[in-house]
Amino acid sequence: MELALAEETLARWQFGITTVYHFLFVPLTISLATLVALLQTAWVRTGKDVYLRATKFWGKLFLINIAMGVVTGILQEFQFGMNWSDYSRFVGDIFGAPLAFEALIAFFFESTFIGLWIFGWDKLPKRIHLATIWMVAIGTVLSAYFILAANSWMQHPVGYRINEESGRAELTDFLQVLTQNTAVAQFAHTITAAFLVGGAFMVGIAAYHLMRRRHVEVMRTSLRIGLITLVAAGLLTAVSGDRLAKIMYEQQPMKMAAAEALWDTEGPAPFSLFAIGDVDAGHNVVAVEVPGLLSFLAHDNFSDPVPGINDTQAAMEAEYGPGDYRPNIPVAYWSFRWMIGFGMASLTLGIAGLWLTRRRLWLSERLRTGSEEVPRLALTRDRELGEGLTRWYWRLAFATMAFPLIANAWGWIFTETGRQPWVVYGVLQTSAGVSPGVSQGEVITSMTVYTLLYAVLAVVEIKLLAKYVKAGPPELTDADRNPPTRIGGDHRDPDKPMAFSY
Amino acid sequence: MELTTVWFILIAVLWTGYFFLEGFDFGIGVLTRTLARDRRERRVLINTIGPVWDGNEVWLLTAAGATFAAFPEWYATLFSGFYLPLLLILVCLIVRGVAFEYRSKRPEERWQRTWETAIFWTSLLPAFLWGVAFANIVRGVPIDADKEFAGTLLDLLTPYALLGGALTLTLFTFHGAVFAALKTVGEIRDRARRHAAVLGLVTAGLAVVFLAWTQAAHSDTASLVTTVLAAVALLAALAANHAAREGWSFALSGVTIAAAVATLFLALFPDVMPSTLDPAWSLTTENAAATDYTLTIMTWVAGFATPVVLLYQSWTYWVFRKRIGVQHIAPDHPGGGAPGTPGGSGGDAGPDADGPDGPDDPDVPGASGDDLAGAGGGRPQGAGS
Repeated sequence: MELALAEETLARWQFGITTVYHFLFVPLTISLATLVALLQTAWVRTGKDVYLRATKFWGKLFLINIAMGVVTGILQEFQFGMNWSDYSRFVGDIFGAPLAFEALIAFFFESTFIGLWIFGWDKLPKRIHLATIWMVAIGTVLSAYFILAANSWMQHPVGYRINEESGRAELTDFLQVLTQNTAVAQFAHTITAAFLVGGAFMVGIAAYHLMRRRHVEVMRTSLRIGLITLVAAGLLTAVSGDRLAKIMYEQQPMKMAAAEALWDTEGPAPFSLFAIGDVDAGHNVVAVEVPGLLSFLAHDNFSDPVPGINDTQAAMEAEYGPGDYRPNIPVAYWSFRWMIGFGMASLTLGIAGLWLTRRRLWLSERLRTGSEEVPRLALTRDRELGEGLTRWYWRLAFATMAFPLIANAWGWIFTETGRQPWVVYGVLQTSAGVSPGVSQGEVITSMTVYTLLYAVLAVVEIKLLAKYVKAGPPELTDADRNPPTRIGGDHRDPDKPMAFSY
Repeated sequence: MELTTVWFILIAVLWTGYFFLEGFDFGIGVLTRTLARDRRERRVLINTIGPVWDGNEVWLLTAAGATFAAFPEWYATLFSGFYLPLLLILVCLIVRGVAFEYRSKRPEERWQRTWETAIFWTSLLPAFLWGVAFANIVRGVPIDADKEFAGTLLDLLTPYALLGGALTLTLFTFHGAVFAALKTVGEIRDRARRHAAVLGLVTAGLAVVFLAWTQAAHSDTASLVTTVLAAVALLAALAANHAAREGWSFALSGVTIAAAVATLFLALFPDVMPSTLDPAWSLTTENAAATDYTLTIMTWVAGFATPVVLLYQSWTYWVFRKRIGVQHIAPDHPGGGAPGTPGGSGGDAGPDADGPDGPDDPDVPGASGDDLAGAGGGRPQGAGS
């Protein structure tokens, strides 16, 4: 009995480790693809060197990052079959199709055009080369949609029936799987959160250089783009998160009750700021709360009741039979808070940065800076931030880089562990999904191998990123400024070295 | 035709696409050790597949995804049953992708050699393991009444399976050599042809034994036809290679791969994974398949998307149609970094032991652009020094 439990636990840990790791690269890939495409568009339209240098600088970091995202993604697709064969058998009729389409429609797009973009600087005319990075960006977003639709089906299964004879779930309405509100809301929340990561990444690295007064022109432009992205994405992440939470209150009341450590149904329900609970006794020992706020988050008013953990548990026992339908409550409670806390912290720093580095608005002539100067941090019209505070702002802005990544990771940990004990909510329990034929030793082997490999690769990747970050944007050559005019490259000199080679 | 049969064929097509494309990628990876004389030539080989390997690998993801969607039971039994070999393949593919991208990102020789070693092994092992996997699928493995794999790792390492692995390894390496001859210029091109001649003969020998063995176990007319076709195409590819008709020999080695995959799938049909314990427990196109509704949707989407994919992937090959040689490889880190970049002016840090592409600027990665920047373009030291 112990062993059977252990195998599910191991498979879950492996999924958790590999998925959280994979998702460190995904949001940065999604957002940087678009941001690099925007920078390159700015260059193509204006011809200004600063945009091309920025494109090359951020493009290089983007490539270092996407390599990891791509390879760790391969594992994800195999893992369902390897560790979760009974899950795969049960849901394959529904879950397989979005995965297949993700590969066929999105991955091909992304992977083929990324090759054209990397090697295409001296092979493609300017506008066609620009189109390739946009194709990559579209590919990443499409890919996100398919995989989130698949995940949403696990959160809230729709458009299916259970075949009593075979005991498997069967698809009845694919359009519903793709367009259900869970999928749309999850997609909106995940994509905006991805841009939060990309915006913060740009802000952080730009701050690193501006603090040292290096590469000012490119970094100033990058800072501005990063800050705008950070703030816009931060606001939209909050709005889409609110929307998703409201859907979750309807579809998975247990997850949201656990997120609030709300043991008993209350109306009006308070929002918990801090709590220490006693899971066995089913109540909180310590609780700091904002009255009525939870009712507002769930229902848009300050009075309607929100179901608590104990009542939801009773309701689920009545529906699904005896069992413990509560997720790990401390994990749900704290992951929810880390997600919101780190996300909102980066948004706040973004708003502060946007204000402090403003160019003209309510700013005296004296404090305005040209495009080659480090922006001065102006608190009010005529008052600059002190030297110490200025240094602190840049340092904080640098640290912001990590915040949305942490928020993203906790967000996934929250939504996936909060759904437990279900792998498909209300339909299939996680314990019923593991591969019966795979031994404990095999799972331990693979988990050890992946963890060690991923740890090594993380060190390699971070060091490489740091190296390229420190080097700053490249100087341009004539070849950069004069891209070819025909596809395949101009043939003036047949022995000319390639602009890029591995 | 039944939709399940349609999808059986489509999955065969996806695997054919994968082995045709990533086949030469694997081959190139293996040849970086055996064909390239110095590190500069090694880079020439790596760069013949540089722009395309990533797109090629998606054929695998599509094949796996399509198997999941169209034959969930097949996907579940195969992936959980072949656990350790697949783990090894995955580790290889992960390291290999990173190796291609990161190798040139630092100038230190130790760094680059490490990734080059990785490229060799992570190309060789999957090229071998895919053969082992497919030989096992065709031969059958212990599958119990619950459609679960009931064997051990040793059940997968039979002589027939190992022969299959040896065959795919040599076939892909041959395919890679033929591709190298088609895509390179200069001395390496001639050497690639000579390599291909030897590899082709070894492949032919292994293929005769393996395919005859397969025929003996699952004789039917259709797979006999494709067996013969594979053999004829391989010999024709060798002849074309001998005559220095590189386009033809590449196309024909492609036909060999396609015919070999067709042979395996024809020998398999209507099973998708035969059980050696009891034929009644075998997975078939019927009992492993998804519903007609799912298959119908898949058919429509695949029908529209696949031609588009083929179109833009082919276009990529056309864009990068130019042959490359040592003179086209930008020096790793040309000296004289950009002004204003920290540590900008790197000189020659030391001579490279066996190639002119060695590190000459140890601490400036992006300063003068080994990659995106294109600083090498038009510089005199760029040309085959």
